[in-house]
Amino acid sequence: MRATATSLDRVLTTLGHREPDRVPLFLLPSLQGARELGLSIREYYSSAPNVVEGQFRLRAKYGHDCYFGFFYGAIEMEAWGGETRFFDDGPPNSGPPLATRAGQILELRPPRIEECARLRQVLDAISGLKERAAGEVPVLGVVMSPYSVPVMQLGFERYLDWQIEAPEAIGHLWRINERFCVDWANAQLQAGATAICYFDPLASPTVTSPKVYRNTGWRIARRCLERIAGPTATHLASGRCLPVIDDLAQTGTAAIGVSALEDLAEVKRACAGRLTVLGNLNGIEMRRWTPAQAEAAVKEAIAKAAPGGGFILSDNHGEIPWQVPDDILTAVSEAVRRWGKYPLPGHSEE
Amino acid sequence: MSAPEAFLDALLDTDRQAAWRVLEQACQSAEPSEALDRLVTPVLERIGRRWEAGELALSQVYMSGRICEEFIERLLPPRDGHSAGSDPRVAIGVLEDHHALGKRMVLSVLRASGIPVRDYGSGLGVDELVERSRADGIEVLLVSTLMLRSALRIGDLVGALRSAALPVKVVAGGAPFVLDRRLADDVGADAVGYSASDSVRIVRSLVRGGR
Repeated sequence: MRATATSLDRVLTTLGHREPDRVPLFLLPSLQGARELGLSIREYYSSAPNVVEGQFRLRAKYGHDCYFGFFYGAIEMEAWGGETRFFDDGPPNSGPPLATRAGQILELRPPRIEECARLRQVLDAISGLKERAAGEVPVLGVVMSPYSVPVMQLGFERYLDWQIEAPEAIGHLWRINERFCVDWANAQLQAGATAICYFDPLASPTVTSPKVYRNTGWRIARRCLERIAGPTATHLASGRCLPVIDDLAQTGTAAIGVSALEDLAEVKRACAGRLTVLGNLNGIEMRRWTPAQAEAAVKEAIAKAAPGGGFILSDNHGEIPWQVPDDILTAVSEAVRRWGKYPLPGHSEE
Repeated sequence: MSAPEAFLDALLDTDRQAAWRVLEQACQSAEPSEALDRLVTPVLERIGRRWEAGELALSQVYMSGRICEEFIERLLPPRDGHSAGSDPRVAIGVLEDHHALGKRMVLSVLRASGIPVRDYGSGLGVDELVERSRADGIEVLLVSTLMLRSALRIGDLVGALRSAALPVKVVAGGAPFVLDRRLADDVGADAVGYSASDSVRIVRSLVRGGR
């Protein structure tokens, strides 16, 4: 195992809370595929073969342990009839809200995946990545959680206001979002995704109080993850997790993406044996790191969270910013190979 | 329980009626503006500090600010963002992004603290912010961002304001600044807010003579 592990072996072993040959790396570059192909970000995401080729080249360059079938979050809004704003140097954003009056929510119907050309492109990309992976590399799909996606559907203010002022409309929105989320996750699994990243920043106590989350987003997550026919990882997109780790563990998720704002050793202790920790290199600071700083950050993360497995090195947001230089990504990749080999120095296998 | 504690608890529970009762009580022994200064501003600052420390949620900060803003509107005459003669000229806008929650929270806190603010909206370009600052004679411009790309654009804004010789102090805020404490220096901002409640202290320290 240790000498010949594939990326998939490595990831499955750490998800089983055992030590693989080395710490797996989920680098999660997405936008950078456009740079690899010499395309604008808009052009890059206009076709599935671009994304397949971009992801293939990025993994060939950095040697990370997954393919990322994610295009951008706002693509789900396109399926709901919304628009996307593209930029030359950053991730696409969702356009105007789907509803500006609470009553409009009741008229929304969940999109049918087979009728959405953009979603079919994502499925085609996942299929293409599965083919390139040849059973050796996990392919990650992504869904926005029904609890968090209303930020894009309505705007953050309206969403918070209407949870109090129009609870029936928000309840309806959560229900139709659940149907779409489960269908969309399962379609990606059928297309070849190995696992689904359930992107749920509003589950974080940075955004929602644990008391409110337990009565809302947590229940939604439990229902969704139970019906998603494959393994899931929950990503909090830079938000803190410690106060809700027990709750997250009960949703059935296998891993959580954690914040640079929390101590990784403390998070690992709280997760040990229940949840694999995915994180937590600071993607915003990465923009100005030197290669030596990148190496130091990788070493520190490995020392804090890698012993015993149950750890995948990644950034803290689930997406590497466009502004991060390539040599820093190379430094991260080299550092995990240099310092992430098991058994780790000073640790026997646990 | 002291009035500030009772007010804090009511805000965190989004209990408008309980919060209003505490404020009403405070107004019986002081002028409304004094009661707001003694009760609302310090409690909102405490909420901001607790959010920064990871003890409270953004939704609680937001709702607390909104409730306090409603109270201000009930207690004080409307000011419509326009400064009286002695007031600082303060404006806020979201640079390029359309995520306006951070701006909304800062607006609520500033207004709840009696500081009139002009709301320039969201999705603004550098040139537009420069021109509006010039036209309105703005002294302090608060700029909210969500994405790293727009946070970095504050550097262009600062450069454009300096090139135009406008004496505008730029206050940066938003998630990228929380995650990278050096970012505000990199973009040349005059100050940075890590939570909405920081804005009161910052604005008062930046304007002429403070307050």
